[in-house]
Amino acid sequence: MTSNELAGIGKPPVRIIDTTLRDGSHAVSHSFTFQQVTDISRALDDAGVPIIEVTHGDGLAGSSFNYGFSTVRDIDLVAAAAEAVTDAKIAVLLLPGLGTVKDLREAHAAGARMARVATHSTEADVSIQHFRAARDLGMETAGFLMLSHRSEPAQLAKQARIMADAGCECVYVVDSAGALLPDGVRTRVESLVQELGDDAMVGFHGHQNLSMGVANSLEAYRAGARSIDGTLRALGAGAGNTPTEVLVTVFDAMGIPTGVNVEAALAAAEEVLAPIVKRMPMMDRSSIVQGRYGVYNSFLLHAERAAERYGVPAYQILRRVGEADYVGGQEDMIIDVAIELAGQQRRAVEQNERVPA
Amino acid sequence: MDFRPRPIAAIVGPGNIGTDLLIKLQRSGALDVRYVVGVDPASDGLRRARDLGVEASAGGVDWLLEQEVLPDVVFEATSARAHEANAPRYRDAGIAAVDLTPAAVGPFVCPAVNLDDYLAAEGGTAPNINMITCGGQATIPIVASISGVTPVAYAEIVASISSRSAGPGTRANIDEFTETTSHAIQSVGGATRGKAIIILNPVEPPMVMRDTVFAAIGPDADRHAITESIHRMVAEVQQYVPGYRLKSEPQFEDPRPDWDGSGRVAVFLEVTGNGDYLPEWAGNLDIMTAAAARAGEQLALAWTLAKPAATNQKEQVVAK
Repeated sequence: MTSNELAGIGKPPVRIIDTTLRDGSHAVSHSFTFQQVTDISRALDDAGVPIIEVTHGDGLAGSSFNYGFSTVRDIDLVAAAAEAVTDAKIAVLLLPGLGTVKDLREAHAAGARMARVATHSTEADVSIQHFRAARDLGMETAGFLMLSHRSEPAQLAKQARIMADAGCECVYVVDSAGALLPDGVRTRVESLVQELGDDAMVGFHGHQNLSMGVANSLEAYRAGARSIDGTLRALGAGAGNTPTEVLVTVFDAMGIPTGVNVEAALAAAEEVLAPIVKRMPMMDRSSIVQGRYGVYNSFLLHAERAAERYGVPAYQILRRVGEADYVGGQEDMIIDVAIELAGQQRRAVEQNERVPA
Repeated sequence: MDFRPRPIAAIVGPGNIGTDLLIKLQRSGALDVRYVVGVDPASDGLRRARDLGVEASAGGVDWLLEQEVLPDVVFEATSARAHEANAPRYRDAGIAAVDLTPAAVGPFVCPAVNLDDYLAAEGGTAPNINMITCGGQATIPIVASISGVTPVAYAEIVASISSRSAGPGTRANIDEFTETTSHAIQSVGGATRGKAIIILNPVEPPMVMRDTVFAAIGPDADRHAITESIHRMVAEVQQYVPGYRLKSEPQFEDPRPDWDGSGRVAVFLEVTGNGDYLPEWAGNLDIMTAAAARAGEQLALAWTLAKPAATNQKEQVVAK
């Protein structure tokens, strides 16, 4: 037994949920194929990852003009993943206002056994009907309080209470913009743990915009979070997510049991995911701006497309979107902001041209 | 000069919506709003109605139907469940109904698009029309203006509203919004397939309602004709919703393989409320009361001419 393992005796275990096939869907513009989903879920299952999330990046029914159309319908991908795994449970994400109970029933019929219901961090009460429906279907449940950085810990705990009372078994502090620093993670997780007690677990979902994914996840664990999200090679929206294979390696080094085989997780990242993905997310100017201004990470590729279409820099669009406090789902506002910026740019040029020689 | 008496109206449900509607109807003057009913004697809404000179009762629909003079039209601003129970009673009493709840007992109506189709009462039965949803009232005219010019295989709308304007009913059953609006995008808007998305944004000060319409159009669609048609429709809606406007010119995208070879037009709208009783940023609520007032006035005028004589006398109701 190594000293690390000795040091870990008695440390409470943490549950790892891999969302490469949901949050990672943003980074590949929702183009996952049957084969890719089968291969990735099998590799994660072989590594002992207990829960694998498979859905369009914006959740069930996310395939749309506003969020991008899926190459293969996500319900069919759920069925493929459920078929591919032996032990892992397949989870789906649902954003009320977009996905419905009807979509959830369909996902359940396709093999999904966990429902993760996501709302903006102040709007938990729109999720009540979906938690009830999920529990009625016999699904395990988790709740996502998105853009948690915009809510103070005490407010966030009240919202977590609404979810728990509706039947949510694990409420996540979701750092959708990768904007939280470790202090902000600790105070929020502590506040939720105190509020929920034994009624529900607390989870953490991190992003890499400010390079904090793993550090924030450790901080969340120390504060009492027992369910942590990651994606292989950080594949995900914006700058990407907490990388699963690094997360399990670090937990292993600290002697915190995850139940995940580190070697197999490293192999899944290196041998299965890497060859599939052409462009990995990175901490570039746009995504760092997202972290700094707290901009919903899924906006990144939409902003890049609007930047190209309207001839204004993506990071400027993102900064403006952040200043307006738009929330997850308002992807349409990116085009609106780009048109506005392009107009300002044009007027500025005209002004300059009018200056007499 | 028209010397016919004004049709008589009642508002059932004295909440914020009911009060805003009352102010709009009184200002217009086309209807004689005689009654406002609720079920809670302590209701602020009933007090507000009395302050505005209207007879108000907490006796509910039972009280309303006992009145010597029955209304020609009732505006239902309660809940879907309440309207489901009340609708047959209105019909049997010969009262036309404008339903602002999601019950959808009657057909979906958007004044700028299809109100005329429902003004003729069939077989002397009192009509019942449903006002769809706030997002539907804001976006379906645009979908219809596009589908009137070119086939629309698919239309998608995104409605962003301020959190403070989303009441407990909307929150408890948000699926109802997406499902009802999707259906109406097809049946009223004329798209082959419809999809609706609603977003609640808690920013302070509250954001004004925003709506985006995306429509899939053929590669050869006449962009000029579409743009003209959209502008005409916006002017039409402005007749009853003055704060309804295009945020920018319609945006056209060339066909893409991931859109099944379709092109796309995107329309960005902003709906500022009239600030009658509801705040200006609550354009989503304003467009419902404005559309209901518009539809109710025309419906009541048509129904008072069409309905069998004496249906609004109490005796006949009691005899049933």
